[in-house]
Amino acid sequence: MSTVADATVRSGGDVRVTRSRRNVAWTGIGALIIVVIFALLPYIVYAGTTAILGEAFIVLTLASMWNLLAGYAGLVSVGQQAFLGLGAYFVLIPAMHGLSPFAALPIGAVCAGVAAVPLWWLVSRLRTGYFAIATWVLATAVMLFVERFQSIGGGTGMPLPGLAWSNTALLSAATYWAGLAVTVLAIGAVYFLLRSRLGLVLTAIRDDETAARSSGARVGLARMLVFVVAAIGCGAAGGVLAIQQLEVVPDTSGGVFSVVWTAEMAFAVIIGGLGTIEGPIVGTIVYMVLEQTLQSYNAWYLIILGLVAIAITLFARRGLWGLLDEKFNIRLFPVGYYLWAPGEARRWRIRSRSAGGRAKAGIGS
Amino acid sequence: MAWVNAVIQGILTGGLYALFACGLSLMFGVMKVVNLAHGDLATVAGYVGIGVIAATHMPFLWSVPIVVLVMAGLGYVLQRTLIQAALDRGALTTLIVTFGLSMVIENGLLQFFTADERGVGVNQGIVTASFSIGSQITIAWLYVVIFVLAVVVLLGLQYYLSSTKYGRLIRAVADDREAAQLSGADYRHVFGIAAAIAFGTVALAGLSYGMTTVIDPTTGTDTILLFAFAAVVIGGLGSLWGTLAGGIILGIAQQIAAQINISDELLGGYLIFLIVLIVRPQGLIAGRSQS
Amino acid sequence: MSEAVSGTREGSDGPLLDVQDLVVHHGQLRALSGISLRVFPGEVYAIIGANGAGKSTLLRTIAGLHHPTAGSIVYDGRDVTGLRPERRATAGIVMVPENRRLFPSLTVEENLKVGATYARSGPWTIDKVYDLFPWMTERRGQRAVQLSGGEQQSVAIGRALVANPRMLLLDELSLGLAPVIVQRIYGMLPQILQSGVTVLLVEQDVSQAMRVATRLQCLLEGHTTLEGKPSDVTGAQVEAAYFGAAGAVAGGQPGDGGEA
Repeated sequence: MSTVADATVRSGGDVRVTRSRRNVAWTGIGALIIVVIFALLPYIVYAGTTAILGEAFIVLTLASMWNLLAGYAGLVSVGQQAFLGLGAYFVLIPAMHGLSPFAALPIGAVCAGVAAVPLWWLVSRLRTGYFAIATWVLATAVMLFVERFQSIGGGTGMPLPGLAWSNTALLSAATYWAGLAVTVLAIGAVYFLLRSRLGLVLTAIRDDETAARSSGARVGLARMLVFVVAAIGCGAAGGVLAIQQLEVVPDTSGGVFSVVWTAEMAFAVIIGGLGTIEGPIVGTIVYMVLEQTLQSYNAWYLIILGLVAIAITLFARRGLWGLLDEKFNIRLFPVGYYLWAPGEARRWRIRSRSAGGRAKAGIGS
Repeated sequence: MAWVNAVIQGILTGGLYALFACGLSLMFGVMKVVNLAHGDLATVAGYVGIGVIAATHMPFLWSVPIVVLVMAGLGYVLQRTLIQAALDRGALTTLIVTFGLSMVIENGLLQFFTADERGVGVNQGIVTASFSIGSQITIAWLYVVIFVLAVVVLLGLQYYLSSTKYGRLIRAVADDREAAQLSGADYRHVFGIAAAIAFGTVALAGLSYGMTTVIDPTTGTDTILLFAFAAVVIGGLGSLWGTLAGGIILGIAQQIAAQINISDELLGGYLIFLIVLIVRPQGLIAGRSQS
Repeated sequence: MSEAVSGTREGSDGPLLDVQDLVVHHGQLRALSGISLRVFPGEVYAIIGANGAGKSTLLRTIAGLHHPTAGSIVYDGRDVTGLRPERRATAGIVMVPENRRLFPSLTVEENLKVGATYARSGPWTIDKVYDLFPWMTERRGQRAVQLSGGEQQSVAIGRALVANPRMLLLDELSLGLAPVIVQRIYGMLPQILQSGVTVLLVEQDVSQAMRVATRLQCLLEGHTTLEGKPSDVTGAQVEAAYFGAAGAVAGGQPGDGGEA
């Protein structure tokens, strides 16, 4: 249900519905400019900086995917690391057969998406909490299964072939660009997905599942699509991670199947703002700042990240972006609708509730 | 004969898993809380035990009631504050909070105790002592003791829930929170009691586990949580004795898998879990009510 | 033990329950718009009205399960508007909820025991409940869900009685029950009243309500449309108040206070 403020419609005028309050053309151009600037960075800054940014890209991609799952489809998955790992391995395997890892990236992503289908079938009927643990169990099972194959490194891992380039600067630039491309595609995909019919269905489900179902929305199908898309995104991130690390190591502490990845993406999203596209961006920035400042105190950044995430989910559940949004009413990525009654001064909005939220009494919550 | 040994070992290990699982099941059943930090709490108990012994040099057995009481108290406080606050805000929030708690605990342990594995300081003789049946079957005493402990705990829980005032209240609140309020029960307090019991059993589980093997900060999530959840699922949600049955099946599956291929021990357990998930996911499915 | 009294009583015995201008919302929907009522000790006060009129909401708010947006609830001279439901129960306001809501996994006796856990002192005990409902004695070990609707209703009433309430709230006793059973249950009312309990009930069956009530109030879409003694109102008036007809609205302004 949307919160509708009373709008007096004067007769003789048309009611307009637009996607955003301001003209977004400038936001689109702005985004393009930002992407171009990022693309040019390898020519401007040192490899150390691009490496850090590369890490940020991975977290941002993962966070966008987790946000899509939890914030829009209501699926809290603690097992996304399964797809991260699968993506990495499905880049490793073609690379071991001679294909360039960069060319193998799409393969890794797609294969992770394909793997998501049977896994979805296993967990799709479960309730929220049990879904969460089941995804965790599944991720561990996937890891154990993958570890059985000594040919791809077994439990200890395997270096990624095809990356012994003589021009190391070019390698780090290519790695960087791969990460940038994946991130841009990921965020773009989420944005266009949410503006599409699927997005409308998801928002309807989020607000009131029963009503959505009775309006004909294919709830199960929508959720499965989201799960698969998220798997593809996480798989792509996993492939980039493998390229960055020059190897694929499976285990649960720091390896591609580590649950710490889920912790990072979840906390980034929570802190930044669940249920908004801007949220993961804000959250990733916070995460990177924390990680860089505390990097000599290994476990601290995760402790603080966790504590902050707990605090935010309890007291500022819409996250940092939500706080900003409430104050200044900005939407960089407009996915809602705005209703304009003809020719009045004040603007009224139809906007869906925020993710997982209870309705706050009042307008425009 | 190795197979017989494996099955027996599996059954006995099931007792340990039941100890892991009953606290989880209690919190599922009463508060509808999926406590993702459950396994880490067991690990914390292990570390608290280590700390208590290091500080006071008391025999291990003396430290058990202390740790259990401390953890139970911690459970009550945590439930009344953090978890209740999360529950008031919804299932999503509860998951995030318990997951956050899990990560904070793990990394906290990592930070203060390093990633080194530790034992709880029990006389090695106790761990390896065993007896034989016939010439081919060897059974470790420790696992028998733990199994008996698990059965005793489950019996105690069953008695408590069926015959005491608070046990009744816990069941009533689990059935219908509002109706319980109308009868004068403060459900938040009752939740606290249930959490205290759950944390107490988890402490026992953690200490027992610590006796059988070494622990490290990630043991909670790597092993305990997943085993506990698997045992609950296999045994059927909402049933205390089901956790024992589930634990035993899980244990046997693991031991048999280990007989086939030593490195497949864990995978065997997860396979059973997955099969149960496909074939009989009662109580886990959205839209059905729990017993 | 006071006997059932009829009619309003001013003077030294103030109302046991004094509800003033209660406004209650469900989310953004306004369910009650300024409802007032006073129940005096020993009365049977009935609230009638069609589905969705707000009757159960009113009772639930008095019991503490809903928070009013505006207005006050004064019980025995004490403002309980902000009091948690379990504290109201121990203070003497006990509700038998709509649909009975027995604890399904507990037996009959265990249900009663839960009701008695935080009981005030008074005449009602579990044994007295068994006296009131003799059939219950043999069925005490059965799980509550195995009973019929009417039997469950009796157990629910018993569960409330063992808490020794002063103010008993009965929410839609007749729901889902055959008329014969309903009559039998309402037949218990005199005995309950004799023990010093005051009753506030919600009932969809108007004639049943008229039979037992000392005073009644009719709600329509959250407003009071009729109030008075059963002997003082005509069938036509009740009908008009129940379904809403011109000229039947009395009391309760549709305020524009409260949140949008």
